[in-house]
Amino acid sequence: MISLLLLADGLAFLGAAIGGGLAVVGAGLGIGKIGGQAMDAMARQPEKINDLRSNMIVAAALIEGVAFFAVIIALLALFV
Amino acid sequence: MKYLKPLLCIVFALLSALPAAASDKKEGLDLQGILFGHIQDSYEWHVTDVGQTPVIIHLPVIVKSSTGWHVFCSSAFEHHADADGNRPGPFGLYISGSQANAGKIVENIGGEEVRPIDISVTKTVVVLFIDALLLLLCVLIPARWCKRHKVDDPAPRGFTGFMHMFIMYVYEDIIVSILGKEAPKYAPYLLTCFFFIFFANVMGVVPFPPGGGNLTGNITCTFFLALCTFVVTNVTGTKEYWKEIFWPDVPTWLKVPVPLMPFIELFGIFTKPLALMIRLFANMMAGHAIAISLSCLIFIMFGINAIAGTLMVPVSVGMSIFMMLLEVLVCFIQAMVFTMLSAVFISLAHVHEHETAKA
Repeated sequence: MISLLLLADGLAFLGAAIGGGLAVVGAGLGIGKIGGQAMDAMARQPEKINDLRSNMIVAAALIEGVAFFAVIIALLALFV
Repeated sequence: MKYLKPLLCIVFALLSALPAAASDKKEGLDLQGILFGHIQDSYEWHVTDVGQTPVIIHLPVIVKSSTGWHVFCSSAFEHHADADGNRPGPFGLYISGSQANAGKIVENIGGEEVRPIDISVTKTVVVLFIDALLLLLCVLIPARWCKRHKVDDPAPRGFTGFMHMFIMYVYEDIIVSILGKEAPKYAPYLLTCFFFIFFANVMGVVPFPPGGGNLTGNITCTFFLALCTFVVTNVTGTKEYWKEIFWPDVPTWLKVPVPLMPFIELFGIFTKPLALMIRLFANMMAGHAIAISLSCLIFIMFGINAIAGTLMVPVSVGMSIFMMLLEVLVCFIQAMVFTMLSAVFISLAHVHEHETAKA
């Protein structure tokens, strides 16, 4: 009985850790793609660098928002 | 610039002398306690520890329990928890240590913990008052320049000039570029959103009072901001907007037997502000957690070994400086993203008949 309870706790920790790692992978891939394509665009048109920079940061912030969603779910799995 | 390198060396050397005082503590560091103590709300403001004595600002408690209204100072509660983990106080109230009501004032009625009506001035409320006061000062005082000068006068200088530049940047690049002609109607709300969030974020990163309070990392604060955006968006939505939600321009079988599309659209009305709320809350909470963890890294290393601790100091100080700079950038970006998305939602709600006829 106690071992089952400990197992549930251990599974929660495992789930939270794996979830956090997956969130980082997703955010890294997404924001890396944005950054790469923004670099390409800036290299093609240096006079547009300021416009591109603001839009890149906005898109990165939106993706980061979703990644943080996953972090919150992982924290919920850890502590609740 | 000439003295930069010697100056940095001196700063690092002085900083490595700090943990020598910290190594007096031999037991492990309660990182989780420190973290939650900063992020969560509480009835007193624990500023720092001078030696062994804590410096705490006790805040007023205003509750309506089963015995009526009570107003008293939170210093009336015991400082340390008793055997049950509770901190007893006057009028039969105590601060609970249980899982469900941790850190909240409860009353024991018939063996169950009941929370009274609690409108105390807690730490988050005090931080809100401080941030609001500072925001009003920073915005209304430069606004007096506009009353005394005409449009053609040369631009103001100093702090007034800086605030004018900042506000015009937010107005032109974020609000006008999205809302276009309707910008002046919604600019007061959106500018207030931006500057409130920016100020609250920055004050949360400052490590000492009057800053250092976690306001936007509290989900109720961001919930209210998202609620305001929700109300403004939907109350000012045009009839065409509501028509598109309940009877969208899609094939009939997606609408008639089972209202699939209307249900999805209705769900979308709620998820958009929800995403705003979670994005701001999570970014700020994670930022505070990282800043605290990096600083506590030194003390954790000292718990292992004095040498490991000393070696950790330049690493942790370097990482903390980097994270703090990133934090300030994140504060600005999150305020900007919140305002921009609110502007986008408001502009999306103002759909007009002739625009849909063109497609």
